[in-house]
Amino acid sequence: MRIKAQVAMVMHLDKCIGCHTCSVTCKNTWTNRPGMEYVWYNNVETRPGPGYPKEWENTDRYKGGWTLRNGQLHLKAGGPVSKLANIFYNPNMASMDDFYEPWTYDFEHLHKSPKKDNIPVARPVSMITGKYIDKPEWGSNWDDDLAGGSEIVPMDPNVQKLQEHIALEYEKTFMMYLPRICEHCLNPSCVASCPSGALYKRDEDGIVLVDQDSCRGWRFCMNGCPYHKVYYNWNTHKAEKCNFCYPRTEAGLPTVCSETCVGRIRYIGVVLYDADKVKEAASVEDPKDLYEAQLSVFLDPNDPEVIEKAREAGINDSWIKSAQESPIYKMAMKWKIALPLHPEYRTLPMVWYVPPLSPIMNHITNEQELSVEGYIPAVDQMRIPMEYLASILSADDTSVIRRVLLKMAAMRVHMRAKTVGGIDEMKKSQLLKEAHTTVEELEDMARLLGVAKYNERFVIPTGRREMDDDLHYRYGACSIEELAPPEGMVTYPYGRSENG
Amino acid sequence: MSGFFWWGIFPYICGTILVVAAVYRIVFRGISWHAPSTEIFEKKWLRVGSLLFHWGIIFAFFGHVMGVLIPISVYEAMGVSDHMYHVFAIAGGGAAGLMVVLGLIVLLIRKMTNPKVSVHASFADYFTVIWLLLVAGLGTYMTIIYNTTVVAYEYRVSIGPWFRSLFTLQPDIQLMEGVPFLFQLHVIFSFILFAAIPFTQLVHMFSFPVRYPARAPQQYRSRDGYKNSRP
Ligand code: HEM
Ligand code: SF4
Ligand code: SF4
Repeated sequence: MRIKAQVAMVMHLDKCIGCHTCSVTCKNTWTNRPGMEYVWYNNVETRPGPGYPKEWENTDRYKGGWTLRNGQLHLKAGGPVSKLANIFYNPNMASMDDFYEPWTYDFEHLHKSPKKDNIPVARPVSMITGKYIDKPEWGSNWDDDLAGGSEIVPMDPNVQKLQEHIALEYEKTFMMYLPRICEHCLNPSCVASCPSGALYKRDEDGIVLVDQDSCRGWRFCMNGCPYHKVYYNWNTHKAEKCNFCYPRTEAGLPTVCSETCVGRIRYIGVVLYDADKVKEAASVEDPKDLYEAQLSVFLDPNDPEVIEKAREAGINDSWIKSAQESPIYKMAMKWKIALPLHPEYRTLPMVWYVPPLSPIMNHITNEQELSVEGYIPAVDQMRIPMEYLASILSADDTSVIRRVLLKMAAMRVHMRAKTVGGIDEMKKSQLLKEAHTTVEELEDMARLLGVAKYNERFVIPTGRREMDDDLHYRYGACSIEELAPPEGMVTYPYGRSENG
Repeated sequence: MSGFFWWGIFPYICGTILVVAAVYRIVFRGISWHAPSTEIFEKKWLRVGSLLFHWGIIFAFFGHVMGVLIPISVYEAMGVSDHMYHVFAIAGGGAAGLMVVLGLIVLLIRKMTNPKVSVHASFADYFTVIWLLLVAGLGTYMTIIYNTTVVAYEYRVSIGPWFRSLFTLQPDIQLMEGVPFLFQLHVIFSFILFAAIPFTQLVHMFSFPVRYPARAPQQYRSRDGYKNSRP
């Protein structure tokens, strides 16, 4: 057993209101620089839709993640030797058109325009070329809230799979938001794709980072990541990615996206896992078994043997205690209501999603008269979302989605019954049985999902610094001091008014 | 006297600049050491240009090893006649040279005409491509036109031994005196290119990730020395 600790995240999709606050605060913190204008470490997609970059889930095109050949894991885009043979041109990499050409507006014109008959306008200006873009045609959230509708939605690879069903029942349109960051995978294909060995997984917290000194700009990580969460900075010619705001998590603070989330949908905590089991779990034959296999690598933080082994592995008591109180452990491993995004990519992603119930519940019009059992067919009838959700969260296994949604529905019914009556009916109900849960568990769930105090949502131990050299100096120093580009580094001036 | 400078001093100046500046750059400006990719901006023409150019230059590199580094005596010992050698060198080298030149022309036009690529192309980027075009153009002209129309020039008894003598610090200047002017120019331009390497993105050729196939796919690294420390 090789115990490691991992900081992980859960997003409760029912509560996401699609406000993009997370994306904006993340951008202001990390990617508000020349070369990174097109980059959103955090982005929120309206689903169904093609996402960002367009069709990132189309693994036949970008060849991200792993595949299984004769029981062995292989990078889908090809192993080291084939990578070196393709190093002069990467056929699978997305280009800027797949993301979008970032632009700003010529605001200065509003001030400087001479007196004219018509009102001056601020024309869009490309942040890449500095030239006017007369007609922007795509942007990071061009299809927000299903904009573009029947033209854009079919670009969603998950929809393409369901084509038959959705064509018939499209009048029952549904919509959900999918906020995405790097998954900080247990079996990261970005790391394995890097010829220079610049990407690595941090031993102490599992955060996946790019060493800017070692990166040589070969770009295989970009499409090697099936979630398309590594980006090429065209200004520094290096790869950059979400770093889980490690300067914040090391200080015990949640990531910027989580801290500022308006819907309070995000949870952060520590999980303990056995690194020796990762490869085996990623190599199970049937993609539908990957979810269960992934769950099997995690260790019970209350098990005395695990605690002892964790201490031996150098994990200190504050980390063990955090693992015991981890909201992630509760939601993903204990209650099993949070699911990994696209487990079939075999990277064992560490951002988990509680599937949304609202698209289903919104179709119930007679909730006043509905009996407890009436919720079961309500969940079952919504075939489109169930299969669509399964395509995103459970490698097409609808039974997993059904179980979670029934549990969420049961929670809703139970909490409703507590105020409007019907508790006894609930306790005996088939709903409770089919959802494999108890009233006590439902109440715990309701507390964490609904009340969700700050300290319960974010249980983050501080980084271990007690043995660092020179603590007096580091106290109050910038934690990315050696990593940040030097001041005065030559950068391209487009869109920076101070440079004209 | 000028022969002494060009064939006895100049190569060492260029070599020194290459080594000193490259070491300085990796040590003090290491963050700027990377491949000059513009693939994010444009893919279609890059595919043609970059593939032609790079595969061409790799063949050309091995061609130079065969022609300049390997002594003619080795070929004699192996029983390769001069005629056989030149037929092979002109055909193989000519093809490689054409690939390089064509690739560079595509890359240069792309650099000048694609708005996204051209805005971010620096002087050094243009210099690299244009100078490479000059060197490769001369080389290809020599291989294909000069060798077939004038004479199949035997550089294996002049330029080759002279180049090897540079490494013994006893440059044999006489060997270069009678070399045709075009060949002399190709050599001098190449040395200027070598000296320019550390000031351009050409440094990426030294970073070819040879160790990749041998390393573990997953990399775990610790922030500090906490890895095996007791709590
Ligand atoms: C040894 C292995 C080499 C590797 C792995 C390599 C790789 C690369 C890569 C990945 C690019 C970026 C292409 C793009 O995406 O835009 C590039 C560009 C370039 N390489 Fe290499 N290269 C190598 C050797 C060389 C050599 C020997 C030369 C010249 C003597 C060279 C000259 C160039 C030039 C001039 C460019 C810029 C092309 C442009 O104008 O866009 N490379 N190389
Ligand atoms: S989601 Fe993050 S850790 Fe996983 S493969 Fe992509 S970049 Fe790497
Ligand atoms: S800030 Fe929260 S609620 Fe708003 S889009 Fe982001 S994840 Fe959703």
